[in-house]
Amino acid sequence: MINFLKLISRNKLALFGGILLVIIFVVSFLSPLLPLKDPDVIKTSDRFLLPFSEGYLLGTDHLGRDLLSRLLWGTRLSLLVGISAALISATIGSILGTIAGFYGNKTDNVIMRIIDVLMAFPYILLALAIVAVLGPGLFNAMIAVALVNIPFFARNIRGVTVTIANKEFIDAARLSGMSNFKIIIYEIFPNILPVIVVTISTTVGWMILETAGLSFLGLGSQPPQADLGSMLGEGRSALIVNPHTSYVPGAMIFLIVIAVNLFGDGIRDALDPRLSKGELVKPQPVTQIKSNGNVENKSNSFLSVKNLTTAFEFDNKLHLASKDVSFDIKKGECLGLIGESGSGKSVTALSITCLVASPPGVIVNGSVKFQGDDILKMNYEQIRELRGNKISYIFQDPLSTLHPLIKIGKQLEEAFIEHNHQKNKEATLKGKELLKLVQIPNIENVWNSYPHELSGGMRQRVSIAMALTNDPELIIADEPTTALDVTVQAQILSLLDTLRKERGLSVLFISHDFGVVSQICDRVIVMYGGQIVEEGKTENIMSKPRHPYTSQLMECVPHIGFGKRKLPTILGSPPLIIYKKEIGCSFASRCLFKKDNCLNEDIKIVRKGDSEVRCLYPHE
Amino acid sequence: MNNKMDILSAKNLSKFYSKNKGLFNKQSINLRAVNNININLKAKESLGIVGESGCGKSTLAKMLAGLITPSSGEIKIQDKDINNYKKYELPNHIQYMFQDPISSLNPRKTIYQSLAAPLKYLRNLDEKEIEKEIKSIIKEVSLKEEFLNRFPHEFSGGQAQRIGIARVLLSKAKIIILDEPVSALDVSVQSQILNLLNDLQKKFELSYIVISHDLAVIEAICDRVMVMYFGDIVEKSDAKELFQKPYHPYTNLLLKSVPKTNQKIKIQNLIETELPDPINPPEGCSFYSRCENKTEKCKDLNPEETIKENRKFKCFFPNN
Repeated sequence: MINFLKLISRNKLALFGGILLVIIFVVSFLSPLLPLKDPDVIKTSDRFLLPFSEGYLLGTDHLGRDLLSRLLWGTRLSLLVGISAALISATIGSILGTIAGFYGNKTDNVIMRIIDVLMAFPYILLALAIVAVLGPGLFNAMIAVALVNIPFFARNIRGVTVTIANKEFIDAARLSGMSNFKIIIYEIFPNILPVIVVTISTTVGWMILETAGLSFLGLGSQPPQADLGSMLGEGRSALIVNPHTSYVPGAMIFLIVIAVNLFGDGIRDALDPRLSKGELVKPQPVTQIKSNGNVENKSNSFLSVKNLTTAFEFDNKLHLASKDVSFDIKKGECLGLIGESGSGKSVTALSITCLVASPPGVIVNGSVKFQGDDILKMNYEQIRELRGNKISYIFQDPLSTLHPLIKIGKQLEEAFIEHNHQKNKEATLKGKELLKLVQIPNIENVWNSYPHELSGGMRQRVSIAMALTNDPELIIADEPTTALDVTVQAQILSLLDTLRKERGLSVLFISHDFGVVSQICDRVIVMYGGQIVEEGKTENIMSKPRHPYTSQLMECVPHIGFGKRKLPTILGSPPLIIYKKEIGCSFASRCLFKKDNCLNEDIKIVRKGDSEVRCLYPHE
Repeated sequence: MNNKMDILSAKNLSKFYSKNKGLFNKQSINLRAVNNININLKAKESLGIVGESGCGKSTLAKMLAGLITPSSGEIKIQDKDINNYKKYELPNHIQYMFQDPISSLNPRKTIYQSLAAPLKYLRNLDEKEIEKEIKSIIKEVSLKEEFLNRFPHEFSGGQAQRIGIARVLLSKAKIIILDEPVSALDVSVQSQILNLLNDLQKKFELSYIVISHDLAVIEAICDRVMVMYFGDIVEKSDAKELFQKPYHPYTNLLLKSVPKTNQKIKIQNLIETELPDPINPPEGCSFYSRCENKTEKCKDLNPEETIKENRKFKCFFPNN
């Protein structure tokens, strides 16, 4: 609860709205206890007194009644009616929405069509019609306002329920023997409650306004009872001569609605998990670099990464994702980068062209020399010129990297035009040539398709074609075959291998799969806990791993041809985020060959022949 | 077909999804997901179902667990049609373990609350018994008791999968369907979970149906394997024999495609990899377009199940 208030108070406007709302609530609900005049006593001799008159702080109305007293009593009534209406329509709307979303099919159809009919009427007309049937009166006005707002809740809640009802934990609950009713109450309701609360908080202001509207038309509260709407209505006839009788309730409505809406926005921000973590902050086009730039990199390699350290910054604390990563790639070489989740392999790959989302990503240290120039010292324009031009990426899920609403052909053309500033005609030629290169059958068909119309393998071919558009010299492929079936994977790997050999491309190939990496890589780097633990020629690492992590990991991957059996395992699970203060080997807790001094100091990486290993006791 | 020994059997099981052609077109199109499949599972056995995405293996498994209603065919569990089980009785006999361990747990419930549900609703235990059962099962899957009051997002994939296993075990069901049990997990954690599943199977005398696209995973825990392609079972056999000597060309292709650490890539010639159109399935063999052994006969005729040396497959020209 305290956390929740803290989250709300981050938003200064919401805090202001909240405080304003509390003041209005306290004062208006204390009105029976305050030393106020009777709001309904008529004293015609004191009509239309101006505010700050003696005895009447806010003046009097056309019947000489005390405006301050009427305002507070009226606010109390309006708030009560508005909130009750919100609660009623939230309850009925949420129940309808949940039922429609959960049961789907015919139930959904029937309920939602009725809701659609309700929504087809302008709300004020509908409310008028309801009051006309029920007869005027504050209670009936409240019912009308509640009814009119049911569709809003029903539609919102139905949408959320549909997504939740298709989640696996609902099936799991069903398999736990829970009835539909219990599933709705115990599994679905807790998950839609935040949405209901947010919807209430953003609509209650409207409801107060709508009730005031009905009262203004004389259909809500009946004289002499005061509410904000009827006060406005009574003031209307004297608007020109004695405007204060309208200003006073008008200002109050304004304050209430603005306070409710500001506060409602605050609640929404606090309850939305994405917003509460600050993830909707727009990322910068390049990763923030906080390096002091004193890493000396004299390498003349095609690509040379030295001491690259990338971190994520949360609450002003740095959590390292990769630490002192150094490697070289030669021209035409394919380097494999193996690691499990949290090993820092993807962060390293993205850091090369400063693609780590920032915030929260920060490159803390290091140098990335590409053909002699340090990328980390370039400005945005220079980096942009490199990306997709000399260095291009292939990602795991082409469905999320291709634009869903643009046809494949158009996307290929754009990628070409962006860097070459040439005409559409040439771009079309180039694009089709590329599709042929990645062995897409029926090119015309694919050219005019949207990404979702293609199979996973075809999509990955398209993204490879896109990566090749501007004749890159380095391709960074981040798990390009992980989402594909084995038969398709074999084809994509074969394609990548052929292409890189034909065109002399350098490739940084990231994967968690030893089998895949050994198929196409010349050299392999193994990462664990954000650090490189071993590096060497593919055949050497596959046949004679030296780091205990590499050997243990290779052993516990199941291979075909050994039948049903007990598999070798590594205890525990890989670390997720590394903190700066931890000393010693990050694999020590899971290592079978651990000795006491493994945790005493940071282990340095040691080169021996053409391999490197970060271990005090490597296999020989 | 329905052997008395079978703990589960399904006969002529099919699932079609139908969709209206358009808003004003009453004619509907049928989309074929699972086509006329027979399955039997013996007690204490583990049966693997392997196939690529879109082959209908998950649809098949969900029908067996009663989560999807079949379009036709019958399913018997312990010799009783699943439609004859009382409401909420079926989960006492068959359980389903989901692929994504985190999303199969309600994000707003503690682990204890999630685990208590099957005990409360399936086995009608009281609070005290529930606590006792949960504490003992949590040891069985090697988790710590202090985890019980935490929420799902605080767990790693491997831990969440152990929780999933615990939930399934608590129902006391003897048949468990494992849908891609390790594909969401890190490599170093996969073997832990596979071993755990093997151990628990012996200890609690469970029968498994394991669904996976990963042949190595299937081999490590299964006694028998069925290979699915385009909604159909194209080969079934004892695991050992299947992996040594695949008969169906598709099984052979799958085995060949698994990347191995001790060899460089072979150049693949591009054979079509697309599945046939499920709305308009081919008349002949559905694997025709990708097959290495195909002839004209395969194009026009759909092969029936053939039995050779105790192995069943649907192919006119098998390998080996």
